[in-house]
Amino acid sequence: MKNLVILGAGTAGTMMANHLVHHLKQPDWQITIIDERIEHHYQPGYLFLPFDIYKPKDIIKKIEDFIPKGVQLIKNNINRIVPAENKIQLEGGDEMAYDLLIIATGAKIAPEEIEGMKGAQWQKSVFDFYTYEGALALRNKLRKWQGGKLVVHITEMPIKCPVAPLEFAFLADSFFKHKDMRDKVEITYVTPLSGAFTKPKATETLEHFLVEKGIHIDHDFAIEHVDNEKKEIVDYGGRAIPFDLLVTVPTNKGDELIERSGMGDDLNYVPTHKATLQSKDHANIFVLGDASNIPASKAGSVAHFEAEILTENILRFIKGEPLKEEFDGHANCFIETGNGKALLIDFNYTHEPVEGSFPFPGLDHCNY
Amino acid sequence: MEKTIAGKTITVNEEGYLTDFSQWDEKVGEALAAEANIPLSARHWEILKYLQNEQKNQVALSIRRIGKSGVTDIKEFYQLFPNAPLKTATKIAGIPKPASCI
Repeated sequence: MKNLVILGAGTAGTMMANHLVHHLKQPDWQITIIDERIEHHYQPGYLFLPFDIYKPKDIIKKIEDFIPKGVQLIKNNINRIVPAENKIQLEGGDEMAYDLLIIATGAKIAPEEIEGMKGAQWQKSVFDFYTYEGALALRNKLRKWQGGKLVVHITEMPIKCPVAPLEFAFLADSFFKHKDMRDKVEITYVTPLSGAFTKPKATETLEHFLVEKGIHIDHDFAIEHVDNEKKEIVDYGGRAIPFDLLVTVPTNKGDELIERSGMGDDLNYVPTHKATLQSKDHANIFVLGDASNIPASKAGSVAHFEAEILTENILRFIKGEPLKEEFDGHANCFIETGNGKALLIDFNYTHEPVEGSFPFPGLDHCNY
Repeated sequence: MEKTIAGKTITVNEEGYLTDFSQWDEKVGEALAAEANIPLSARHWEILKYLQNEQKNQVALSIRRIGKSGVTDIKEFYQLFPNAPLKTATKIAGIPKPASCI
């Protein structure tokens, strides 16, 4: 019997388990998925927790609920991947051999990358909303906050769900309007990009929303440190932006497992062929979701489209057929714009989002 | 669109970035730097050459990577090319604006 091992039971790994269980069956194949967590978090829900739109129960699910019958789930920490020997070392010393490996270990925040970010003001007036704990602490803060300067900030790209900080700013605007205190809150959106989003076309539209909602934008801001005493963020050029409440998206990095295994780039992302999703270094390793370094958005929708192509490629790989170079970076994002409204953008490696109504907007081309 | 600079005709996009690197030479670089009010020192040139080389090797450019390049650190990069250093430096170097198409 051959072993296919999936590392990570988040959105991407769970989808692969559900796809592959229909194709790779016992006694020929054993599919195993490994994750150290006991809960499956619906990460997009973190955006809604601070505003009391979601409750914790809307976000936290049991991992088992999503793992299909026929797939073995192991809840344990992974110590290392040893690609040269085709095996995984688990914490406690157990080892597991694989014939095929899928890495879906995701990305997470690394606030320690920026001096002072995790300082005296952390979870007092400096918050993240990319973790459950951060979003919950921010909810408690917002419930009693009396107003002042709210700074919504992105540290550096790439980040998971690049539209989430914008949505946070939009939702904050409506949250304070409903609380009848919008006039007491000054909202500033601070980004290392040249505008509101990574795609020029969408940026135009989204910046219009920011203006309409009275949200100030500061762009090209590359943060150097957080000054906890003066309550300012300061960039490498010396530009300082004061805050009473800083909601930041810290640097995102791949899992430490990737670093421990010596398989990542400088942000612990695994070098991956962007059209086949095969690891650049090891033919029997495939990578999907936030863990890879492909130039696509880090988002569940991307993992969804990747999973369809990856399933096909894994079956081809097993049969010894050439891989299909078909993944095109497809992403779509529903963007909460506040007051119960939203818009949808859809794009890939080369095509920018276009304006119009779903499902037949005009066609355009990204110039990169 | 076409633009005449340092006595040469070059093709640039709507943001002023060269669309054909073969039209670039050091005189063009100096003139583009002058437009950005940056007098080029030997340190500037080291960084510009580094960026061109990375571009040639198809390495995606980012502030973080430049900070770890060993060629310069982020602080100095900001001093040499104030405000938006990566955008300014790539324009002077005649290479595309780093795509954050993600």
